[in-house]
Amino acid sequence: MVTELTVFLVSTLIKIFLVIGVLLGLVAYAVLAERKVSAAMQDRIGPNRVGLPFVKARLMGLGQPLADAFKLMLKEQFVPGHVRGFYYNLAPMLAFLPALLAICVIPFAGVDPIHLPGLSLAIPQPGVIANVGIGALLLFAVTSLGVYGIVLAGWSSNSKYAFLGGIRSSAQMISYEVAMGFSAIPVFLISGALSLPQIVDFQIERGWLLLPFVGKQFDWHLLFLWPSLLLSSLIFLVTLFAETNRAPFDLPESEQELVGGYNTEYGGMRFGMFFLGEYAALISASGLFVTLFLGGWSLPFGLLGTATSLSTFFLQALVFLGKVCLLVFFFMWIRWTLPRFRYDQVMTLGWKVLLPLSMANIVLVAILLAVFGGTP
Amino acid sequence: MNLDYVPVLLQTVIAVVVAVSMLGGAILIGQRGRRTPAKDTAYECGKDPIGPTNPRFSVKFYMVAMLFILFDIETVFFFAWAVVYRQELANGPQILFAMLFFLAVLGVGLVYELRKKALDWTRHG
Repeated sequence: MVTELTVFLVSTLIKIFLVIGVLLGLVAYAVLAERKVSAAMQDRIGPNRVGLPFVKARLMGLGQPLADAFKLMLKEQFVPGHVRGFYYNLAPMLAFLPALLAICVIPFAGVDPIHLPGLSLAIPQPGVIANVGIGALLLFAVTSLGVYGIVLAGWSSNSKYAFLGGIRSSAQMISYEVAMGFSAIPVFLISGALSLPQIVDFQIERGWLLLPFVGKQFDWHLLFLWPSLLLSSLIFLVTLFAETNRAPFDLPESEQELVGGYNTEYGGMRFGMFFLGEYAALISASGLFVTLFLGGWSLPFGLLGTATSLSTFFLQALVFLGKVCLLVFFFMWIRWTLPRFRYDQVMTLGWKVLLPLSMANIVLVAILLAVFGGTP
Repeated sequence: MNLDYVPVLLQTVIAVVVAVSMLGGAILIGQRGRRTPAKDTAYECGKDPIGPTNPRFSVKFYMVAMLFILFDIETVFFFAWAVVYRQELANGPQILFAMLFFLAVLGVGLVYELRKKALDWTRHG
């Protein structure tokens, strides 16, 4: 006899393994994509030698991520004698975990229960691992833990470059976290929810918050709020760049001045975990942006809004993945286009431009909503 | 019984297991090497390390950390306010004025720290 509890637990476990598997696969291929994109932008070829195992053809270097993973695993996992051992080992894991935890509240498909053929009970919340009411708050809390891994790595390495990289990185991440929180508030004001699936449902009905005219029904209220939403999404995007330490905010590891920044003293899989964690954070940050501003799993005009069968469910997940991949490509595009900021410019932008702008934006949205009587 | 947060716990456990097994597996199957004095010193572009390994750093970083704590706590208050805002508007605009006052206090704090040049990183700024 299958009870509701077992269906819930088993489906949750399946979702967790699927999502972590897809995320790690995406991370591996995002590294290859980054190298390919940068090569294309600099008129090079990029990695194209390593083919998949048991296949004679080279397939444009598709085996590169596998080869990289094996290389990192098989290297000497050396701990230099001058480091603080426990924290030195803890830091890579702390840098890797937040991105893995953050994806558990991001909905990748519809959350209405669906019936599988041959199973009497419906699968609850199929499109998200944890359907919690404070999803967005939990997400912000978990992603801000990422700074611990970096600051611990810089401190425990007992090396000047690592220390300076760690200090710089932590100051940058916490500075932009404030503006990130404030710039997301208009989304919660307008949708009236912190639960990410509810925010996506709101966008399916009324229009994506970045493109308010693609909802099921046209809502002129949102058109008046559109300039604020554009500003809010722009600030949010910039802070995501800073939070994930991507160029033009890659000062923590600025190769030309700090060698590798906080991971200077790391090698082998420990270094690999910083690297994977960075790309995993990039992908979960893209997922968050897609959820808050780009309508999550839905297509314009309410298409694919609700999943009734397994096939539409997988279509929704594909749409979500497609949007995330486009945004990841955008992140790469920016990285290979813009030069790095100077440190004082980073701090000025964060505290003197983005923070006051996002605060003023909240006031504007709140007043507009009060004028509309809280309808949209 | 509220089971909403059980998946978060499961995800945490599985993520920790994944992270630990990636590191542990690599340590198990990784290449064994020798210790040499050169490997045991901090990397400074091939030179012998000079001076203390934890150099003194600017007090500005400490200031940023303090300001972050102040502002980030206020962000959390805004989250709670934002969720109920549209429902509470039905009872009149008090909820707007309450938060405007709070935001004004916050804004005065921000202006004060800007005027004190707490966030100026250039020497002559």
